[in-house]
Amino acid sequence: MKPFRYERVSSLAFACASATEPTARFIAGGTNLLDLMKLQIETPTQLVDIGPLPLADIEETAEGGLRIGAGVTNSALAADMRVRRRYPVLSQAILSGASTQLRNKATTGGNLLQRTRCPYFYDTTKPCNKRMPGSGCAALRGLNRMNAVIGVSNNCIAAHGSDMAVAMAALDARVETVAANGATRTIPIDALYSPPGNTPHIETVLAPGELIQSVVLPPPPPGRQLYRKVRDRASFAFALVSVAVVVAREDDRVRAARVAFGGISYKPWRSAEAEAALIGATVTRASFDAAGHAALGNARGYGYNDFKIPLARRTLRAALADATGLI
Amino acid sequence: MHNEHVALTVNGRRRALDLDPRVTLLDALREHLGLTGTKKGCDQGQCGACTVIVNGQRINSCLTLAVMHAGDEITTIEGLEEDGDLHPMQAAFVRHDGLQCGYCTPGQICSAVALLAEHKAGWPSYATADVASAPVLTDVEIAERMSGNICRCSAYPNIVSAIREVAEGGRR
Repeated sequence: MKPFRYERVSSLAFACASATEPTARFIAGGTNLLDLMKLQIETPTQLVDIGPLPLADIEETAEGGLRIGAGVTNSALAADMRVRRRYPVLSQAILSGASTQLRNKATTGGNLLQRTRCPYFYDTTKPCNKRMPGSGCAALRGLNRMNAVIGVSNNCIAAHGSDMAVAMAALDARVETVAANGATRTIPIDALYSPPGNTPHIETVLAPGELIQSVVLPPPPPGRQLYRKVRDRASFAFALVSVAVVVAREDDRVRAARVAFGGISYKPWRSAEAEAALIGATVTRASFDAAGHAALGNARGYGYNDFKIPLARRTLRAALADATGLI
Repeated sequence: MHNEHVALTVNGRRRALDLDPRVTLLDALREHLGLTGTKKGCDQGQCGACTVIVNGQRINSCLTLAVMHAGDEITTIEGLEEDGDLHPMQAAFVRHDGLQCGYCTPGQICSAVALLAEHKAGWPSYATADVASAPVLTDVEIAERMSGNICRCSAYPNIVSAIREVAEGGRR
């Protein structure tokens, strides 16, 4: 690790004011940041430890949802009985990720802002436009089995690794932030992430010193919720493909549907196309296949990850069949 | 860059250290406090050999800085025995032969002790069919909950049976 200045802060205003330098980083759980610092992929000159801030509560909102403090650990969030009863897809998604040891440290805000696990981002001997802008993308023609197939560019095909964020995308979560000057804003989770385009090193719309304070879940949408994850081993592995669905049926028709994918894009990939195809459709495998084709219409593989496109379609079909009681 | 002062409680004993802020909790335990029971495996949070219990929760001590733990209560494998008697989980690992080379064992045991507390608190896992229910600690549940601890000798069946025995109330 490169040397850095360490600062433990106890007020929000002080935290944001301390971290306005582009080379400063907030640290909460640290499970991703410290890993990257050991490899000198992240080389902050200053670490602002926000652990002492009062951001670890989950509270009811007036509209009937939940406000989750950015410092709530993944374990605490997944185990919260309100989440387990009203947002089971979120508990399932969180519990499908990492290990208990990591979930005990990892926080809600940190999980959203985790960096990609693209092997070329981690390999400092290889080009990577995200790690070193302008150096190229070794994944494009490399071992890109884990990489993205939709929404990315020829400058970067890194996938976002979060499971939690996929469920949050399906639940229309909103991210509440505070900036260094004290200004607050609310960002829909879908708008938090910046597409790689020509600037894959810019991953979110957050400004230096802007801190995620909380994530708000609106009241649960109607229907059954389900998270399905496909990976190389049965536990403690990143998704090849995952899908969060919330689906309500009325007789033999789909009345309401939410669909979000993980493992296929630079962000949790909410699919308006799949949802439009599903609403009013019959509860049949053919309808679910059609939704999958609508969702992946603009996807393209890069060689080793070609399989993700049909896998995503089939994973969606299986999740929808499960959630609607078709199987 | 200068050292930071940090005071923490390790195995019931108050310890004060002056540390480079880069020192991980794992290195503080091993190199500064001489508690070498906690092992360094991958040093990147993937193997679980460095698992310790902090304020009642198991974490990877390699992925956290010691200076982030001011005031925290840390339990390592050395802190589990009581008056010279092995912790029931340690004894069960011995009885069930839940190890071969033993390198991952301190992490496995710390993890297993915390697992039982998490289960008692009603935490679900990815193996829990209905996350709103109070899960029964089946072998599948134990395996899922222990997936953050890798054993390259593959003593998994005996690790699971050791944990199951303690979960069910001890030696029968």
